[in-house]
Amino acid sequence: MSVLVFAEASEGKFKKIAFEAVSYGKKVAEQLGVSLVALTINADNAAELAAYGAAKIIKVNNEVLKSFDAKITANIIQQVAEKEASQVVVIDSSSNGLYLAPLVAVNLNAGFASNVMAAPSSTTPFVVKRKAFSNKAFNNTEINTEVKVIGLAKNSFGIFENNTTASEEDFSPEIIASGVSSVGVNKASGKVTIADAEIVVSGGRGLKGPENWGLIEDLAEVLDAALACSKPVSDLGWRPHGEHVGQTGKPVASNLYIAIGISGAIQHVAGINASKVKVVINTDPEAPFFKVADYGIVGDAFEVVPELIEKLKAFKAQNS
Amino acid sequence: MKILVCISHVPDTTSKINFTDNNSAFDTTGVQYVINPYDEFALSRAMWFKEKQGATVTVITVGNATTEPTLRKCLAIGADDAIRINTEALDGFQVAKELAEVAKANAYDLILTGRESIDYNGAMVPGMLAALLDFNFINACVGVEIESGAVTASKEIDGGTETLATTLPAVIAGQKGLVEEKDLRIPNMRGIMMARKKPLAIVEPQTIEVATKAINFEKPAEKSACKLVDASNIDGLIDLLHNEAKVI
Ligand SMILES: Cc1cc2nc3c(=O)[nH]c(=O)nc-3n(C[C@H](O)[C@H](O)[C@H](O)COP(=O)(O)OP(=O)(O)OC[C@H]3O[C@@H](n4cnc5c(N)ncnc54)[C@H](O)[C@@H]3O)c2cc1C
Repeated sequence: MSVLVFAEASEGKFKKIAFEAVSYGKKVAEQLGVSLVALTINADNAAELAAYGAAKIIKVNNEVLKSFDAKITANIIQQVAEKEASQVVVIDSSSNGLYLAPLVAVNLNAGFASNVMAAPSSTTPFVVKRKAFSNKAFNNTEINTEVKVIGLAKNSFGIFENNTTASEEDFSPEIIASGVSSVGVNKASGKVTIADAEIVVSGGRGLKGPENWGLIEDLAEVLDAALACSKPVSDLGWRPHGEHVGQTGKPVASNLYIAIGISGAIQHVAGINASKVKVVINTDPEAPFFKVADYGIVGDAFEVVPELIEKLKAFKAQNS
Repeated sequence: MKILVCISHVPDTTSKINFTDNNSAFDTTGVQYVINPYDEFALSRAMWFKEKQGATVTVITVGNATTEPTLRKCLAIGADDAIRINTEALDGFQVAKELAEVAKANAYDLILTGRESIDYNGAMVPGMLAALLDFNFINACVGVEIESGAVTASKEIDGGTETLATTLPAVIAGQKGLVEEKDLRIPNMRGIMMARKKPLAIVEPQTIEVATKAINFEKPAEKSACKLVDASNIDGLIDLLHNEAKVI
């Protein structure tokens, strides 16, 4: 019996969410009194996972898997879950994780709970807490199947060190055929993505026009933050669609979210509410964003933000 | 091409989220239901295929009779017919299994869905449906073209997009980009009149052992008030973010 975590490596490196998934898996394994197995594909340094509690690290290395394929990967996870008699399989919420988790659940005929944000509150019955209604509520879900698949929400459980002596095993899975092939990837290199960012700086219609985005970009640069925007800003073509966040855009679960010239409409807030700390800068003290923010400045972005950038530069210079 | 569009009937984005029966059920009092916003992109793209390339478009939902106005709206937008699987599903796996059964019986070439529904945000059904049918699957799709069975799709990935090639039959789960926001279809008067006469079939559910169920709901704890910092005190904000919130 075991708990299995799929610890995804991106271009060989683990992202924080992989460590979070392993930390979570460790907790569940302890609750069930079984051991934790981590599966990685083409990771440069699989041994890193031992620091978060993996007792056994299964390494798959295969050139064919350099380009991610959901169906093939889901099948490999199934092979390992069956081999390791896994009762629980934990998958993170990266875009790849979201893609493959439902496939894994069908392959294993397992009940699947996505958006899970906490360790099980009970293991018999097996109950986990999930985000629902775009973070406006949570639901406690009971999983009744023998094998359970958990999709872990990003930045929800946390990363916990748990140094373990791990055994490592090389595994050559059978590679099934996939009907989908990658033709090309279009990715801005060197840019922090909304998915990975600790800090997200977001601009709304209050910035008046795309020509003023230098302000948002400069602030993001000092903070090493990802750029985001409200829906009308992307609909107006001021910013690319990929920056649109909210209920119908990308979800944000960063440590810090800074909203500039964004009113805080319910659909906007629904998508960013999972962020730990929210800051608003808005001229209108009645803007709904002040009701959900932790810190706020009532003021004109064109005055406040340039000063904030300068002061943050000084702060960074002092604190690095 | 035979297209099936899966429609989720969800509370309007401005709905107040409350629960009844000891927090075990969603309180539908006063809640307006709409087509799941992601599904609107899927349906609008299906209509594009119908008009530009020739296709039949069937819409389907799993739900009780209260979901019918949502299906009628899809018919008014231009879908040819609708199917309602008559059950209130308890989880995404059940929805996927019900849909798969109907899909198998009707041999669709393309199944379009939204990336997730905005109520439970499960993002489970499209992938599960594809796996159950053993169809090719593309998630988070932001653009799709089909030429004689060959599919070229653009998918959102962390930090960019990826172009994928596949073949029909396929399940494609999408979002804005399938069509642009301005190209979303809305019903017109003629469509609404015609929708009344279009077929809406009711299919009885199978017996499915339920894998997961929501036992109760909670609302987030009340937030403490926002700390206001004066616009002339930027140092104060930096200090709070560094020393109190510890996020910079
Ligand atoms: C079905 C549906 C789904 C939606 N999904 C989303 C979604 O996913 N994401 C999303 O963002 N929206 C979404 N919306 C739209 C949402 O309802 C709002 O319309 C939108 O979020 C408003 O964007 P905004 O805050 O940039 O603009 P506005 O509401 O116009 O707000 C601009 C703000 O800027 C402030 N301001 C003006 N000048 C300045 C200045 N100089 N300095 C500082 N502040 C200033 C104003 O006081 C105001 O509060 C959705 C709507 C619907 C109906």
